[in-house]
Amino acid sequence: MCTKTVESQGTLIEFSHVSYRIADTSGRGIVSDTNFSISRGETLVLLGRSGSGKTTLLRLINRMLSPTSGKVLIEGRATTEWDPIRLRRGIGYVIQDSGLFPHFTVAENVGLVPKLENWEPARIASRVDEMLNLVGLDPRQYAKRLPRELSGGQRQRVGVARALAANPPILIMDEPFGALDPVTRAELQVEFRSLARRLGKTIVFVTHDLREALFLASRIVLLELGKIIAISAPEDFLHLDHPEVKAFAASLAVSPGASV
Amino acid sequence: MNFWDFLLHHYTEIFSATLDHLILVLIAMTVAILIGVPLGMFIVHRPAFRAACLAIANIFQTIPSLALFGFLIPIPFLGGIGKRTAIVALVLYALLPILRNTYVGLTAIDPAVLEAAEAMGMTSTQILWRVRFPLSLAVILAGIRTATVITIGVATIAAAIGAGGLGSFIFRGVALVNNSLLLAGAIPAAILALLADFLLGQLERRLRVT
Repeated sequence: MCTKTVESQGTLIEFSHVSYRIADTSGRGIVSDTNFSISRGETLVLLGRSGSGKTTLLRLINRMLSPTSGKVLIEGRATTEWDPIRLRRGIGYVIQDSGLFPHFTVAENVGLVPKLENWEPARIASRVDEMLNLVGLDPRQYAKRLPRELSGGQRQRVGVARALAANPPILIMDEPFGALDPVTRAELQVEFRSLARRLGKTIVFVTHDLREALFLASRIVLLELGKIIAISAPEDFLHLDHPEVKAFAASLAVSPGASV
Repeated sequence: MNFWDFLLHHYTEIFSATLDHLILVLIAMTVAILIGVPLGMFIVHRPAFRAACLAIANIFQTIPSLALFGFLIPIPFLGGIGKRTAIVALVLYALLPILRNTYVGLTAIDPAVLEAAEAMGMTSTQILWRVRFPLSLAVILAGIRTATVITIGVATIAAAIGAGGLGSFIFRGVALVNNSLLLAGAIPAAILALLADFLLGQLERRLRVT
């Protein structure tokens, strides 16, 4: 393992000897003795094949799952000591299928967490407009639409706007661009990278796409069978000497137009 | 006397029997909804209780309606001869479709939506009222629609225990082998059922999301 950034002072999320096991025997989604920390403002990408445990790590952060042993610390406090509702309202969450509420308009979707937090209606409305502009959707055109009246890319934009609405310090994202066509996907990746840099959020991003990881990450955590096998800055990642890194590097070569 | 002459002479009686019938059905459905929908919400997170509830509601459905009316007559408070007993029996009949559809509607929701709701920090009460309930309204209403149509039909049999309604024409028609009497009960009951089915179907379509 090679760790590049200095982690001592700005640590926001810390995994300390975290294991997560499930009763079934498939071995998918398990995590064993994981240790790493995430600094304020960085974009950490969890990279791995399907079933490598990357989504499990993500869900341990907002306590959708609790560790079987070890601790996940957020701002120095174990997730199991946090009130799960309070913890989750401070962590924006974006998933592949957007998970937008089909009976809410775009504006109601984006304004949900502020509403749960009892913001004034006028403040919610202006925040919704601000968020929609931020993700490149004109509020006058889109605020009143229902999710089914949007394209896949627009839905993911609304998903990002919703996650950011209550201004949470942490954003966790589970393959948010995974279901999009390649062109839309590339557009959103470019926009999201500049957005992430402007906002200074701490972002944990799950993907199985090395190209995406190299493009977005300030650090990459590579997982295999529930274990961390490398933590690296993106510029050093391809030089690591590990069979799984080589396997991922080989995936770049087969995809059309590969040159990173 | 043919059916049209019969109608001409007895339309006020037919009208008041139809009204009686409708009131019987409305009371029974109101009670069934007030029990079935909250119970359906309650059993979502209680698997053991859910199995018991659905099994009991299922059993009531399998008892032949005439027998169910008969069983209720000797029971104190709920039973006896008349409208009250009929309403109890009709409620027991209507319960299963309402209960089952409420449960199915509340649980058959896109897992990504529920996942997002939980991850955004909604409490389980907020998820129930703001997400699960509005998204399952159309399915719940489909259950109410089925139950209403069943109840309108079964309510004709309630005349056997003195509850009145359109069934009284049918029973008299059977006893006197008089087709006009039979039709005077059967046709308005059929029209009521079709009308309820149509109107509730329209409402259901309007409530459907996605």
